[in-house]
Amino acid sequence: MKIIRTWSKEILLLLMALVFLSPIYIIFVNSFKSRQELYENTLAFPQEFSLQFYEAAMARMDFFNAFMNSMYVTVVSVVFIIILSSMTAWMLARSGNKISTVIFMTMIATMLIPFQTIMMPLMQLVTGITRETGIPLYNSLSGLIFMNIGFNAALSVFLYHGFIKSIPISLEEAATIDGASKFGVFWRIIFPILTPITATVAILNVILIWNDFLLPSLTLIDKSLRTIPLSVFYFFGEFTIEWNMAMAGLTLTIIPVVIFYMIAQKYIIKGIGEGAVK
Amino acid sequence: MKNRKNIGWYLLFTVPLLVIFTIVVVIPFVIGIYYAFFDWDGIGANPMVFTGLENFRVLLEDERFLRSAWLTVLFTVLSVISVNVVGLAFALLVTSKLKLANLARTMLFMPYLIGGLILGYIWQFVFLDVFTLLGEVTGFESIFFNWLNNETFALFALVFVFTWQMAGYVMIVYIAGIQGIPGELVEAAKIDGASSWQRFLNITAPLLMPAFTISLFLTLSYGFKIYDVNLSLTGGGPANATELFAMNIYNEIFGYGNYGYGQAKAIVFFIIIAAITMTQVYITKKREVEM
Repeated sequence: MKIIRTWSKEILLLLMALVFLSPIYIIFVNSFKSRQELYENTLAFPQEFSLQFYEAAMARMDFFNAFMNSMYVTVVSVVFIIILSSMTAWMLARSGNKISTVIFMTMIATMLIPFQTIMMPLMQLVTGITRETGIPLYNSLSGLIFMNIGFNAALSVFLYHGFIKSIPISLEEAATIDGASKFGVFWRIIFPILTPITATVAILNVILIWNDFLLPSLTLIDKSLRTIPLSVFYFFGEFTIEWNMAMAGLTLTIIPVVIFYMIAQKYIIKGIGEGAVK
Repeated sequence: MKNRKNIGWYLLFTVPLLVIFTIVVVIPFVIGIYYAFFDWDGIGANPMVFTGLENFRVLLEDERFLRSAWLTVLFTVLSVISVNVVGLAFALLVTSKLKLANLARTMLFMPYLIGGLILGYIWQFVFLDVFTLLGEVTGFESIFFNWLNNETFALFALVFVFTWQMAGYVMIVYIAGIQGIPGELVEAAKIDGASSWQRFLNITAPLLMPAFTISLFLTLSYGFKIYDVNLSLTGGGPANATELFAMNIYNEIFGYGNYGYGQAKAIVFFIIIAAITMTQVYITKKREVEM
């Protein structure tokens, strides 16, 4: 009796999770169906797996190019965020002077500012800088990376700062007495200890930057610079929607996310938990 | 000498990030406040006319804006309730001792990773096609129809999709909270004859207050700032019935070219968000139970 009860609970739980994810199933199966088949029964399994809509969607979205742009922007932004914010957080946490406290508090306070509040003046500023100095902040992937670093600095510094506070200072002092420079102390001793929080910072930033739409839509003008969210947006905007091709396009955009999730699942859930709790 | 060297290191470590941060966040925020007092169409050659508090006065009489603000409040309240109820229920389910709990947790978290824009398009199809199909098959056509064409239901559709996206996220927060509750406490209550509902109400719930604070904070601010899902799912329609705050600001500035007026809205948006989140954190922090 008890076994049946636990088993039915197990099955109910699994069913619930499957129903929850059913929209993903729906777009997946419909990405293979012809127009007629799609309207006959949306929920049925496709009769054949032809990749024709995938080919069409890839071509229209310029998927490979968009994927490479997204990859490039995400990876480079995250690497810079990790390097710069860990260094900054360490100095702010260890120097113990008033200026550090003020800087740190200011950074935390800015986390309350919604993007919409600064988007227009920011665009004025970067187009101005690009026009006057020729530094390509506007309409370039490097410019987008630059802005990603700025926007995610506060959260990352905050996470590193909290972690660094929990490391005993004696370690660093010993190394300093041995004559190591600040640079050496940080990279050889501190940074390796920071690995768990670096993983958290990396994961949170990857998710935010990979999925970001509004900032890239404002700064990237050239078609060839589009990231995945941008190419999906224009894909849905330019054509009257042919749903089977649209489904194929959506499935394509989800595949990298699923792969990333499968590889780093444990760290993602842990990172999200920590990022949220702090 | 030593001191000067230390200052050098200090600058080397902090200045690069602080310069970027200042250019991207601090300066735009400050000039944003300045812009809010002007009438300007965003074209460099055209004059910026100082109008003082005029933008803020007009804002209070702008019916479209007030409606959008009201819709945003409604959306946020409904979402906060729905996301937290569903997320907490998920967390309780997957922390039970079932074998499939881990798999279920992995699956339930999945939607959060798919960006808001893409989620919106996925659900656009679900409402358009699957809901109408379900309506025909089950006969419940008053529940299963294309919500996106109905002014009231389109807002519910947004709440629905937002819940789908965020429930797994707050679930993770609640799981951490539940796992932090000492097992002996629950066992002791069991022995004393407390029912599972009593145990939840008197032990789990109060000890979950910190997790609750965090989840409320997250859903409140995410909900209030929603844009991507709004854009791809409803586009603000039908007939502006789902044009929420963030979208209203975007449209005012980049759609109608009212840069000064739109920026005044953006400043108000900031003040509201800061006020809500700070009040909320203050209130819930006070109620937390010390272990």
